[in-house]
Amino acid sequence: MSETADRVKKIVVEHLGVEADKVTEDASFIDDLGADSLDIVELVMAFEEEFGVEIPDDAAEKITTVKDAITYIDEHKG
Amino acid sequence: MRRVVITGLGLVTPLGADVETAWANLLSSKSGAGPITRFDASDQKCRIACEVKPKDHEYGFDPDKRVDHKVQRQVDPFIVYGIDAAGQALEDAGLTEMDEATRLRAGVSIGSGIGGLPGIEIESVNLHERGPGRVSPHFVHGRLINLISGQVSIKYGLMGPNHAVVTACSTGAHSIGDAARMIKDDDADIMLAGGAESTVNPLGVAGFAQARALNMSMNDRPTEASRPYDKDRDGFVMGEGAGVVVLEEYEHAKARGAKIYAEVVGYGLSGDAYHVTAPHPEGKGAENAMRMALRKAGMEPGDIDYINAHGTSTMADTIELAAAKRVFGDDLSGASMSSTKSAIGHLLGGAGAVESIFCILALRDQIVPPTLNLDNPDEGTEGVDLVPHVAKKRQVRAVLNNSFGFGGTNASLVMKAI
Repeated sequence: MSETADRVKKIVVEHLGVEADKVTEDASFIDDLGADSLDIVELVMAFEEEFGVEIPDDAAEKITTVKDAITYIDEHKG
Repeated sequence: MRRVVITGLGLVTPLGADVETAWANLLSSKSGAGPITRFDASDQKCRIACEVKPKDHEYGFDPDKRVDHKVQRQVDPFIVYGIDAAGQALEDAGLTEMDEATRLRAGVSIGSGIGGLPGIEIESVNLHERGPGRVSPHFVHGRLINLISGQVSIKYGLMGPNHAVVTACSTGAHSIGDAARMIKDDDADIMLAGGAESTVNPLGVAGFAQARALNMSMNDRPTEASRPYDKDRDGFVMGEGAGVVVLEEYEHAKARGAKIYAEVVGYGLSGDAYHVTAPHPEGKGAENAMRMALRKAGMEPGDIDYINAHGTSTMADTIELAAAKRVFGDDLSGASMSSTKSAIGHLLGGAGAVESIFCILALRDQIVPPTLNLDNPDEGTEGVDLVPHVAKKRQVRAVLNNSFGFGGTNASLVMKAI
């Protein structure tokens, strides 16, 4: 598992209060991890903070799974 | 006429995070006061408070018991306390599992005096230092006063009236009184009612200190600082926590064989029409509220055995006492009147609900809780049993709870054994 994936999963576990083993790369934030739209706004803010990236609203809307987040961050972090 | 009884209790207080622990500590004259630990208060004029104790403390509060981790992260502590106290009350009443028809007739009215001040403070600094894009998406609904009622309704599926009273330090008493009326008026059969507060944060403490409301002269003796009716009283000690009761229509409670603690028989409300923070110097508003509550209860002053006073440990204590003397006349000498704020501090919007629960327990156990630190009773206290220092076993047939708030708002509740 990449270092980005590790850190993303840690944030998801902390923010959504879910078991770590449920946070697979294919997991959907809403369908599998019980998040609502506001939780995703908060998660995106946490990712921005952790990785020093900016995730604009139109990109954030496309991040629906753990893998989407990891991919976006890997492509955009400095 | 529909009668309203109390069938469940829940408490989160500086003396314990469940009803029996808090009550036992109160009766053994413990104080919940200490130096502020929640934040570095070294630059504050007031550096003491009655904080709800952390999980690892002998009588601490474990938020994980009844509040989801995710919710805890999103909301202010007053909401966490409120959800937990509501859960306790439902468990106590045996109402955690209700069918849909029952839940349609079950509502929530749990208020707060101030609401999410700590979160407002934190996010204001955040906005200022890091910009609007860093403000939490949970900022608004994690601070709103009616969000205890909202969260509790969602958690337990309660679809009846969803309401929240905001009347400063009389919130808890008004919540119970108003919710009882909702049941009387056939809006619901069951209401969770009460209040919660948590403003032990830099802005909350500084604000009350600047208003000259807090004790600032006994920072080195925190357990002695809340001393209602004492000559050396010098302002209140801030408390935090929550109190929630289950109110239920009498026949409904009887039909399901519920344990019934007491009946809410009288409720009085009034306004001082005088000053934003100071009570009317003659206690007119307090007097009117007490008179109305007794009249609604159809009771005489002599029927009341215990009064849980508002008694905040300020100059207003003797004004309330003078008002009680006018209402009760000679009958006051037969009653006991104490201020439990001497032990748990002033829970602001939670006070009236927590103290009503102490009244109910006084009815149950036939014992009245003490006024701590009453070493030198002030002038005007003569002839009144203020229950100094230690709890007192006595007959308790009916109780009256007083709660007054900034803005000159007053509430009195009368409850009696059934």
